[in-house]
Amino acid sequence: MTDAAAASSGFWRHAAHVLRDNPVTGLAFALFVLIVFAAAFGPALAPHDPLASNAALALQPPGAAHWFGTDALGRDVFSRVLVATRLDLTISVAAVALSFLVGASVGAAAGYWGGWVDAVSGRMIDTIMAFPLFVLAMGIVAALGNTVENIIYATAIINLPFYARVARAEVAIRREAGFAQAARLAGATDLRVLALHIFPNALPPMMVQLSLNMGWAILNAAGLSFIGLGVRPPTPEWGIMVAEGANYIVSGEWWLAIFPGLALMLAVFTFNLLGDGLRDLVDPRRRT
Amino acid sequence: MSVLLEIDDLAVEFSTRRGVVQAVRGASFRLEKGETLGVVGESGSGKSVTSYALMRILDRGGRVTGGGLRYGGVDLRAASDREMAALRGREIGMIFQNPRAALNPIRKVGRQIGDVLIRHARATRADAQARAVAALAAVEIRNPEARYHAYPFELSGGMCQRVVIALALACDPRLLIADEPTTGLDVTTQKAVMDLIAGLTRARGMSTILITHDLGLAAAYCDRVAVMKDGAVVETAPAAQVFAQPSHPYTARLMKATARPGASLRDLLPTAAPAPARPAPGAPLLVVEGLEKTFADGVRAVKGVDLVVRAGESVGLVGESGCGKSTTSAMIMRLLDPSAGRIIFDGQDIGAIPAARFPRDPRRGAIQMVFQDATDSLNPRFTARRAILDPLLGLTSLDRAARAARVAALAAQVGLPPTLLDRFPHQLSGGQKARVGIARALATAPRLLILDEPTAALDVSIQAVVLNLLADLRAQLGMAYLFVSHDLHVVRLPCDRVLVMRDGEIVEQGDAETVMTRPSHPYTRSLIDAAPHPPSPANTPANTPADTPVETPPCAI
Repeated sequence: MTDAAAASSGFWRHAAHVLRDNPVTGLAFALFVLIVFAAAFGPALAPHDPLASNAALALQPPGAAHWFGTDALGRDVFSRVLVATRLDLTISVAAVALSFLVGASVGAAAGYWGGWVDAVSGRMIDTIMAFPLFVLAMGIVAALGNTVENIIYATAIINLPFYARVARAEVAIRREAGFAQAARLAGATDLRVLALHIFPNALPPMMVQLSLNMGWAILNAAGLSFIGLGVRPPTPEWGIMVAEGANYIVSGEWWLAIFPGLALMLAVFTFNLLGDGLRDLVDPRRRT
Repeated sequence: MSVLLEIDDLAVEFSTRRGVVQAVRGASFRLEKGETLGVVGESGSGKSVTSYALMRILDRGGRVTGGGLRYGGVDLRAASDREMAALRGREIGMIFQNPRAALNPIRKVGRQIGDVLIRHARATRADAQARAVAALAAVEIRNPEARYHAYPFELSGGMCQRVVIALALACDPRLLIADEPTTGLDVTTQKAVMDLIAGLTRARGMSTILITHDLGLAAAYCDRVAVMKDGAVVETAPAAQVFAQPSHPYTARLMKATARPGASLRDLLPTAAPAPARPAPGAPLLVVEGLEKTFADGVRAVKGVDLVVRAGESVGLVGESGCGKSTTSAMIMRLLDPSAGRIIFDGQDIGAIPAARFPRDPRRGAIQMVFQDATDSLNPRFTARRAILDPLLGLTSLDRAARAARVAALAAQVGLPPTLLDRFPHQLSGGQKARVGIARALATAPRLLILDEPTAALDVSIQAVVLNLLADLRAQLGMAYLFVSHDLHVVRLPCDRVLVMRDGEIVEQGDAETVMTRPSHPYTRSLIDAAPHPPSPANTPANTPADTPVETPPCAI
């Protein structure tokens, strides 16, 4: 459709404006592109095999041959940090996508129909919130087994209440808005009014939530691995690497824990910065 | 008399994304002691920005770039923030448009008045309560001791505005700025509030700046009127003179566009046009019998309404807020289920079909609605084209090419340039949004169109155009209208018959001219009397005191 083409060129102009308008957003997007690039091409770019051990080169400090040094088994830390990006990003993206889909649907239904839908979903969400969330994630992974899928499910479940609550509030204030009534007059059933008219207008605040949650989900996955309830060694993963490296800090081999920790910090920092920029991008009222 | 306030060639700019916008360019006027000056203009004319600049409360991004602001010998542009803070409230009081938003929702109203008194050392903690009660009593709030403890949400809109007035006047300022003080209030409440402001300012010898878009209000309550357009004052003159002999063409156009007794729809337009044909009413299209609505909380919003709308007829439904007119129209619209009664459309009882199922009913397209607030009724994420397309997608089985042709035809019908179709609502002006809303309502060729205050949010000149457009469309398409409004002067123009509603019941009905000129119910009479209107320029020779409201008692402030 022609108007779709016009709208999309408008979108790119708008995106360019948002980036220019706020340099921090530009920085966040640049870092985000870097992380995605590392996730996509990390294994191909890594100078060494992240799993190849070499006892002769164990615990080398950072240098020209091994930029981030080597670990107790002689594996290259830089390669391991780079390769781990893909796994950590996959876990957090999948977990956040899952909790966004389920949480926002449940919350939107509760906000739109209210009544028993609201009561039942509300109490279920309260139940999840009643647990210390990380302990709940630990419990889920411990019960279901130590696999990547289960880490994703556990992270998704503990993030679900936030989406449900934001969606419920944002939908409830728009339920009787003029444009929702107009959509009913245009022959739209309740489901259509909710999905096509109200929900897209509730997206901007949820984008902030989404981005903040990404950082949180990465920390959560790394945290589970750190305490031994996540990805298993020898798979490169930031949480395990920090856990393994922590033992060596006292003996002076600081590079084992610091570099994966920095990678983790950079990822979380990026997603936290990204939130506002994303909201500006999806809010049509910010366009001129 | 001496000059209290002098604004000289004021210029205000706002830095926005699209560059610098000049909101005010060269506004000049002066205010004498004890005088009431009306600042009149349409939205975007810079009338509010001028007063914000004066109070130095401009939004971020706004700044005064030129001109002089002198209040009682003090240069307000050079004054320090500290001096301004002392001036605000003590010397200059301000009343805002939305009284509920101007009050702190979680603090008792009496306390809020006490805060101001203590801030300006007019009271101590010990006697703040007694003085606040006295301030409430001064604005004629009954039982002020009890009202002292009320929260804003417990008070009606008119009551809240009285509290805001009490706040503004608590420290006996010498100048009161009232920015659209009665917009959003009912006409009878408006009259009470305006009479109160006029009485208080006269008794205290205060000067007043009344900022309003309503020429009638300015005519009734102001000594002099300054007309603003595009950030500049185009005319300043005594009120009676402005209305009798407007010297600037813009003022004349504004006067002409204002709905007033004796004017017909076409009289409101700048250029003469033949009167639209009024279709002869046919067989009854909509028959409502004993319609009632009781909400879950026990409120009886509608208590047995009977009405008939014939095919091609235009019927007005008038009443103040809370009278049940919106509930009635929502039930006829089948957005709300009635508690009792029948809604017979074209011989079939559609009231029996649950509102939740009606969107899929074949008769959905035959009953459509134009909403009160065009901004709120357009999906912010849809372009104008997509908004007009929406009913075609949901209610018709046209193919893509036919839909595109229909949208283009509808846009042409309501006078919307095709280039605007790809814009989002926030990129359109108020009048353009109203046209999109009308085009959307017409998309399925309805036989009954409910117009819910379609012009309430529009400037008078746009209102005149939209009302005429609606009349033309009715003549062309032979639709029936149910025109819901609070404004009798506006309803009279496009309607054949008028129904007056109060407390969920219809108290009077008859043909529009009879109801307006010879109302039989005292309530209708009070509505007509309370609505201010400027004297008509066409039939006003130099002096006709009889219909010049400036001469009547409440206005000689």
